[in-house]
Amino acid sequence: MAGLAFDTIRGPVRWVARGAAATAGPAARIATEKRAAGTVSFEGVSKTYRSASGAVQALDRIDLEVPAGTIFGIIGRSGAGKSSLLRTVNRLEDPTSGRVLVDGEPIAELDMAGLVALRRRIGMIFQHFNLLSAKTVRQNVALPLVVAGVPRAEIGTRVDEVLRLVGLEDKAETYPSRLSGGQKQRVGIARALVSNPEILLCDEATSALDPETTLAILRLLRDINRRLGITIILITHEMSVIREVCSNVVVLEQGRIAETGPVWRVFGSPEHPATRALLEPLIRGLPADLSARLQPHPAPGATAVLRITFSGQSTPDLASLAAAAPVRLLQAGIEQIQGHAVGRMLVAVGDAGPDAEARLRALGGEIERIGYVAADD
Amino acid sequence: MSPQMIDRVWQALLDTLFMVGVSAGIAVLAGIPLALFLVTSGPHGIFPAPRAHKLVGTLVNGFRAVPFIVLLVALIPFTRLVAGTTIGVWAAIVPLSVSATPFFARIAEVSLREVDAGLIEAAQSIGCRRRHILLHVLLPEALPGIVGGFTITVVSMIGASAMAGAVGAGGLGDVAIRYGYQRFDTTVMTAVIAILIALVCLVQFVGDAAMRRLRAR
Ligand SMILES: Nc1ncnc2c1ncn2[C@@H]1O[C@H](COP(=O)(O)OP(=O)(O)O)[C@@H](O)[C@H]1O
Ligand SMILES: [Mg+2]
Repeated sequence: MAGLAFDTIRGPVRWVARGAAATAGPAARIATEKRAAGTVSFEGVSKTYRSASGAVQALDRIDLEVPAGTIFGIIGRSGAGKSSLLRTVNRLEDPTSGRVLVDGEPIAELDMAGLVALRRRIGMIFQHFNLLSAKTVRQNVALPLVVAGVPRAEIGTRVDEVLRLVGLEDKAETYPSRLSGGQKQRVGIARALVSNPEILLCDEATSALDPETTLAILRLLRDINRRLGITIILITHEMSVIREVCSNVVVLEQGRIAETGPVWRVFGSPEHPATRALLEPLIRGLPADLSARLQPHPAPGATAVLRITFSGQSTPDLASLAAAAPVRLLQAGIEQIQGHAVGRMLVAVGDAGPDAEARLRALGGEIERIGYVAADD
Repeated sequence: MSPQMIDRVWQALLDTLFMVGVSAGIAVLAGIPLALFLVTSGPHGIFPAPRAHKLVGTLVNGFRAVPFIVLLVALIPFTRLVAGTTIGVWAAIVPLSVSATPFFARIAEVSLREVDAGLIEAAQSIGCRRRHILLHVLLPEALPGIVGGFTITVVSMIGASAMAGAVGAGGLGDVAIRYGYQRFDTTVMTAVIAILIALVCLVQFVGDAAMRRLRAR
């Protein structure tokens, strides 16, 4: 990984060894032009599965735009239709009605040759990696090029390039069964990238991995997105994954879009109950001892407990906060998502004069009085 | 045993090896395409052809339901058509192949069905056409199981070939029955049984070793 630089020469992206790039010229050569290709549009996409046990509507009139070059997250409960939606992009599943467009082109009309060509522009990685056990790492990664009839010599260099990209150059001749989960997913990524796709689909790609490996794979995906400008659409049930890498997110609930938008906005001020339910594990509740002492009405000399919610519109300014009122910080969980401060703070405001709260309000953030605690606590 | 008898047993061994070898070859050549057809032509397969699927499935079951000794006789007109004769080694090879092919196809089919559907999807997602899926996914992934199934097929063919004497094809079984059983020659009987056991063990050993090698990847 470290020894690599990326270089875009009109058309397919090429990787060059850093040494070569450094001698070749200025930094501008190394910088990657973001490609415009890689847009996906869903227009009224519905999908109904019919089986012996009856019909299941997995998707219900989905309208969604995935801009080129973004990392787009799909979240939702199990069975919400996430995989069904993702799989319409490379036509592993065909919509029952509505249409999917890739770079503005409706993909339903493609014939077999067109479909194969489309799939070569769209890589996909899977939760269980789906590597061929009878082929070595090299043969697995080479397969997309082999079936595309790419000349042998070219396949060799290209496979070496992507193996280096994912950090597996020393495992080329190994069989997948000898690799760890993280290494297997790297092979999956290499295989997905070997034909220079403009879109990468990830269906729970990190769900089978431990947290540390998950983080490494996410970094790799983010790197690929930044340097190659590949659009990434990823499904996950881990909210931290979305927070870590996605720029936009769509929340599915029973085949419909519950809400969608930039991650900081959806995570900062979730509107839909489904989103709130998904984010629940990320939100810290009241500390148990505090909630036990909390009273709904002020006793004489009581301290007001306020919850200040930041949903990305403003940044908590602690100095002004302290200047506005005599506040004591009880609990805080604020994070930066795409440069927006999102989270909540719990503060106790002594001498809860009416204007103290008004002054706090002026600082931004949404203030909610959740109760009082006795002054001597 | 007289040198003559040793000669006879030796010739019988060669006949058995020839009959079983050729029939096994035919069973593979015909059985694997048949198995691939059975796996891929179902309503959710990659080459859906539900009607043909059902027809072929029924046919395969039909052949498997008929005992080999019956098939041997029932196929005589067909054997004459194909082999040009109804006696001798070639006359046994036709019914042996006809009986082994559906047997092997069903076993191979099971291994092919066990290939994870996710692998087929992954192959589709990287732009594999259907023939690529057969060649790069289904066959190589199912190979260890197919090899195991082939071993079972060959072993049961060695057993079935004992009945080939009925059409004058000779072979070990024929010698055992004619000399060992009908003429009470216990030595011949024992020798033939020992050779058959050794033969089956050898086939099983080679098959298992091949399968282990394939699985070790
Ligand atoms: N091949 C299929 N046949 C029948 N029902 C299916 C099939 N695939 C998915 N479903 C159903 O469609 C719904 C959505 O599934 P899916 O898209 O896999 O959800 P998710 O990925 O969000 O868990 C579920 O109710 C599921 O049972
Ligand atoms: Mg799913």
